[in-house]
Amino acid sequence: MEAGGAVERAQSGDSDAFRLLVEQHSRAVFRLAFRMTGNEQDAEDVVQETFLRAYRQLDKYEARASFSTWLYRIASNYSLDLIRMRKRHEDKRERGKAEERDILQTLPVNTPGPDRIFYSSEVQERVNEALNELSAQERTAFVLRHFEGMSIDQIGETLGTGTNATKHSIFRAVQKLRRSLEPVVSTAR
Amino acid sequence: MNHIGEEQLVLFYYGESAEGAAIESHLGECEACREEFRALQRVLNTVDSAPVPERGPEYGRQVWQRIEKRIGRPRRSFMQWWIWAPAMAVLVIGSFLAGRMSYRAQRGGAQSIAAVSNQQIRERILLVAVGDHLERSQMVLAELTNAPEGKGKLDISDERQMAADLLDDNRLYRQTATSTGEKGVANVLDDLENVLVEIAHSPSEVSNQQLDDLRQQIQERGLLFKVRVLGSQVREQENQPAPRKDKEGKKL
Repeated sequence: MEAGGAVERAQSGDSDAFRLLVEQHSRAVFRLAFRMTGNEQDAEDVVQETFLRAYRQLDKYEARASFSTWLYRIASNYSLDLIRMRKRHEDKRERGKAEERDILQTLPVNTPGPDRIFYSSEVQERVNEALNELSAQERTAFVLRHFEGMSIDQIGETLGTGTNATKHSIFRAVQKLRRSLEPVVSTAR
Repeated sequence: MNHIGEEQLVLFYYGESAEGAAIESHLGECEACREEFRALQRVLNTVDSAPVPERGPEYGRQVWQRIEKRIGRPRRSFMQWWIWAPAMAVLVIGSFLAGRMSYRAQRGGAQSIAAVSNQQIRERILLVAVGDHLERSQMVLAELTNAPEGKGKLDISDERQMAADLLDDNRLYRQTATSTGEKGVANVLDDLENVLVEIAHSPSEVSNQQLDDLRQQIQERGLLFKVRVLGSQVREQENQPAPRKDKEGKKL
């Protein structure tokens, strides 16, 4: 429940009430957006766009879900769009550069040996890389399940995918993360 | 119990397995599965270490300052039909997508004349909303496809804004088409959504190269043609006269 019925007041056109909601939820939306996009600039973009869209769609909000869940839904869908777009651009750029690239560079990146895993920052970098290797759908579903604690059913509803497809996305994400991170985790132990 | 599959372990880790008690008991007995589960836990716990840049207590205020001006304009009224129509469209667009907009009055005889009439009016208004959505999308695509190339950059801020405005409704229609099993329509709307996203996230002013990229996206998918055909189908349905019905809502 929002303090002082801010949602209801915002719905009736009180922009001060909406300001309170922005101030209350911005940090959480930023955390979610950063985990989804893996990029600070994109995360800022998502935060801004999420609140603008929320404001425009306030009439559509129903108190059945909490306001933060509703905001997360908007942020998730916008992040999904953004990641898909970024991936398409990256794919296009990669295709363009493919001919110029040395064959050695096209080989999969080898897992760094134990001597290279000295610092947790390096592990964190590998985690970010592993998350970036997930498809947009996988990453979004995984972030909502793993970091935000949403149930698979809720995620399916949020992203407009069925329960089975959501389950599959999360499972694929975990599989990929294991493949990328297990060597790192086992050498770091 | 056989060894536990990876998918089951993942569901168990997140507390979403329907066989939680059986898995727990198996893990107590089976060293191999226990080790597999520990490996999974190690990886997922490591993922938690991915840092998120901190935002201080002032952050909310900063966000508000950035969006305040754009929010300043009066919010659209709930009573304006073009706002609620897309949301309500979910209720009936499935009927259109399934090609069953022929007023299926034969389903039951208990509807009152007033109810049938209200339903007809609502469906017709909603068809207009869907038709408008496709028409506006078509306009954005056509504007970009036919935009002249010049020496400098081209201002596409209007198209960009329009694409951003169309996205939410498009998503709603696509999800409905998917859930009603209308793959063809869902595919067109999915293609349209991807291109609308590209346009909405383009800079306000694009170079010839960027414009070419957008055009290529539209042309590769034959999108303008597909949206035009779908739009015509909706308009056709929209212009069909409503069949007359008797008191029980049956077709005459």
